[in-house]
Amino acid sequence: MNNKNKLTFHLDVSDFLPAAEEEKQSLAVMRESVSFWRDGLRRFKRNKLAMASLVVIILVLLFAFVGPAVYPYSYEQQIRGSENLAPMEYSAKELARIESGESVFPHFLGTDGHGRDIMVRLMMGSRISLLVGIIASALILVIGSLYGTIAGYFGGRVDMVMMRIVDIIYTVPDILIIILLMVTLKYPMKNLAENVPGFEWINTIGVGLICIFIVFSLLYWVGMARIVRSQILTIKEQEYVTAARALGASHSRIIRKHLLTNVMGTLIVTTTLQIPSAIFTESFLSFLGIGVAAPMPSLGSMAAIAIDGIYTYPYRLLAPAVMISLIILSFNLLGDGLRDAFDPKLKN
Amino acid sequence: MGKYVAKRVLTSILTIWLVATITFLLMFLVPGGPFLAEKAPSAATLEALNKRFGLDQPKIVQYKNYMLNLLQGEMGESIKQRGRMVQDIIFSGFKVSARLGGIAILVAVCIGVPIGCIAAFNRGKWLDSLILFFSTLGIAVPGFVVSTVLMVIFSVKLDLLPTYGLTSFAHYIMPVSALAFYPTAYISRLMRSSMLEVLGQDYIRTARAKGLPQFKMIFKHALRNAILPVVTYLGPLLAYTLTGSVVVEKIFTIPGLGNEFISSIINRDYTMIMGTTIFLATLLIIMNMLVDIAYKIIDPRIKFK
Repeated sequence: MNNKNKLTFHLDVSDFLPAAEEEKQSLAVMRESVSFWRDGLRRFKRNKLAMASLVVIILVLLFAFVGPAVYPYSYEQQIRGSENLAPMEYSAKELARIESGESVFPHFLGTDGHGRDIMVRLMMGSRISLLVGIIASALILVIGSLYGTIAGYFGGRVDMVMMRIVDIIYTVPDILIIILLMVTLKYPMKNLAENVPGFEWINTIGVGLICIFIVFSLLYWVGMARIVRSQILTIKEQEYVTAARALGASHSRIIRKHLLTNVMGTLIVTTTLQIPSAIFTESFLSFLGIGVAAPMPSLGSMAAIAIDGIYTYPYRLLAPAVMISLIILSFNLLGDGLRDAFDPKLKN
Repeated sequence: MGKYVAKRVLTSILTIWLVATITFLLMFLVPGGPFLAEKAPSAATLEALNKRFGLDQPKIVQYKNYMLNLLQGEMGESIKQRGRMVQDIIFSGFKVSARLGGIAILVAVCIGVPIGCIAAFNRGKWLDSLILFFSTLGIAVPGFVVSTVLMVIFSVKLDLLPTYGLTSFAHYIMPVSALAFYPTAYISRLMRSSMLEVLGQDYIRTARAKGLPQFKMIFKHALRNAILPVVTYLGPLLAYTLTGSVVVEKIFTIPGLGNEFISSIINRDYTMIMGTTIFLATLLIIMNMLVDIAYKIIDPRIKFK
């Protein structure tokens, strides 16, 4: 039967018999299917440097958010008689208390000129820096991804107009405008907080911090919007989007279910890499004295204060300097690791 | 080409106009306007001052005057340094800052490019890892940290270098190193990855195959192509140097534009703030435009859109 003419139209009946049990076995999927996240996570876990930086970030988060709660001193508490102590030093008063059998919590990093414990201020400063980095990046993520998705999805004239706006904002020198906004925005914000009911919360967060968030969300989303748009432009040509449209899915459903889920990797990576740059800018502003307002410490303002006493207390500079470098470094490495794991295309 | 240049020039002009307008508008958020943000003056003084700075006119007329003055390079009088024109202060400060920034950029390129190349040629070896480690560290440390750490080591502890001013060669060492630190690290990373990419290209293999000496291959074929991304980085680098110099000049008490800018912010010298912002923004926008156009000319592979 097998050696008959191959060009014949006679059908071979044996080809149409139901498959035997063992034939079915060969088609069965033995391994569980690996989802996008599982695959990325596996690659990420193999990256030792990125895992180490993740551990460092978790430790810093604990230090900044849990630390002040368990630490016996508070960041604004001025301990009389304990001004300008060196690390681990006790003041005369505290020594007397130790003599009498009391236990006094040591000042690990000493105290500043107002008798405030530097360790707890470092914790609060890290908290502010992390908060600024994370909240600003979240704002940028929301604004940038929405804007980029809309521009990329609708294309044509909408895209052209929207991207021209992005081009212009992109060429605006950000730091200069940020400084300008920080200098001027605080007046209307203060006015809002003091005179308009319902806006008192501005004072509890702090005018400087609110200004930083406004400024960041006004200027920094353009990079995110550009990246998202270019991704959407390629994804929207895929067959499954056409299929969804043919089935009558609405624009918002296509954007939510098909486009945004597929740019998720890019979004996560870009947001993670945005965090260190936001922290960088915040510390720069606070260092210049136009960021977070006193008595709230920020790593930048702590460094600025330390510079004034650099000849007498050079060690005070070390703590905020090391902390900020550590935070930025570990977020950079984490972002690189996430990029390699979830979005290898972005590498170039 | 012509179309691209025209588009780029037009966008830049539009952006400069936008920055000037935003600056103008933002200054009205300051109570009493940009010129009077001091303690409340008496009614008569207020009127006189308003007249002097043209604040008694409607906003739209003020805007027109302000823009016309800007076009002629007039930025008004400094509020705090009475009698000095803003543009004169900017000019004298800028001379100092430009020299400092220029040297820093030169240092960053001259060190960053060779280091990146060395790392690429030794890919995977200990030298590469070492360079990669330091350059990763380098981009994570903010400028003010570098400046202050340098200051503690070389001035406070070792007492080798002067901490303020800019009068001799020794004065330049610390500010320039602080300013060049980040860009050097960044350029070396950039250079390494682009060199690695170029070394994998076919034309390098051809050059090797026809027996070209290593030296000639590197300088004639590899370096020329690998250095292109560094050219694109020149725009952001300039922006970084300008903002970085704000911090560095403050720390080392250098009488440059950055220092002038910071003291005008602290003193609430709003005409100075406006003038400096517009000046620096214009400079940056124009330089970025030139870098973009130059890049397209240097690299013919990039198509004009």
